[in-house]
Amino acid sequence: MDTTFLEYLVFFAAALMVLGGAIGVITLKNPVHAALGLVMTLFGIAVQFVAQEAHFLAAVQVIVYAGAIVVLFLFVIMLLGVDNAMDLSVEPIKVQRPLAAVMGLGLASLITAAVVKADGSTVLPGARGTGIDIATQTGDNDSNIKQLAENLYGDHIFAFELTSVLLVVAVAGTVILTRKWPKGEPDISAGVTADADADSDTGAAK
Amino acid sequence: MIAAIEPTWYLILAALLFSIGAFGLLIRRNPLVMFMCIELMLNAANLTFVALATKLGDINGQTAVFFVMVVAAAEVVVGLGIIVSILRRKPGATADDLAGLKG
Repeated sequence: MDTTFLEYLVFFAAALMVLGGAIGVITLKNPVHAALGLVMTLFGIAVQFVAQEAHFLAAVQVIVYAGAIVVLFLFVIMLLGVDNAMDLSVEPIKVQRPLAAVMGLGLASLITAAVVKADGSTVLPGARGTGIDIATQTGDNDSNIKQLAENLYGDHIFAFELTSVLLVVAVAGTVILTRKWPKGEPDISAGVTADADADSDTGAAK
Repeated sequence: MIAAIEPTWYLILAALLFSIGAFGLLIRRNPLVMFMCIELMLNAANLTFVALATKLGDINGQTAVFFVMVVAAAEVVVGLGIIVSILRRKPGATADDLAGLKG
């Protein structure tokens, strides 16, 4: 079979996964099903990354997004017990869905029109990179990871270090946000916790 | 190997994915599903980054995707923490119920 035909086959199959999963996320009533639709979209994106020779990002996409983030979503859904179907026919603001549809269609058609008008021919002046090493051309299977590592730990080392600060702050903030502080102990979220305890007590009484 | 499919196709796919995500964010009421729609939009941006990195031959685009993933992970951790503490106070809260946050 022709290589070009195969590439188009891969592209359209993965595009179908991406769009089908995305439509599943926004239409399925049960949040667990929506999360599984999200998994399908993320795998489709990973396939598109492989098709564009971004092998490392494809692996990270599967491990971090499909592996960690969606599991975190499912964990929270199960933890809170909200894994029941919602009634999507109830719409408090009547005009919102038509307006949202107009916005979505307008956004899609505007971006598509801009992309088609540019048609891949426009190249930003002075924006040419040094080229991307491709495994099949360099004969080195690790060329993508090596080039990415040189770029990340060379040009972007400071930003890379800052991401560790970001992750530590995010983890510490989440622990403070969600922890139930013991009563009578002075803590930094004293007011919020007192209200929450009062509410949960009345909720239990009902 | 790389030239058969023009970046235009990937950009159009990303545009459609972003629009679906934005549409879903506006019509859904469940905060968890709204969060998933934000992930859809982030992934559309990632696809655009990789497509243009390939087109321009610039590895910096792929590095940007790496950073987007890190920030998305941090955002999900904080966002889900907030959602957990909100839903613990008001079980079954939707985005409409959060209007009380405006004080």
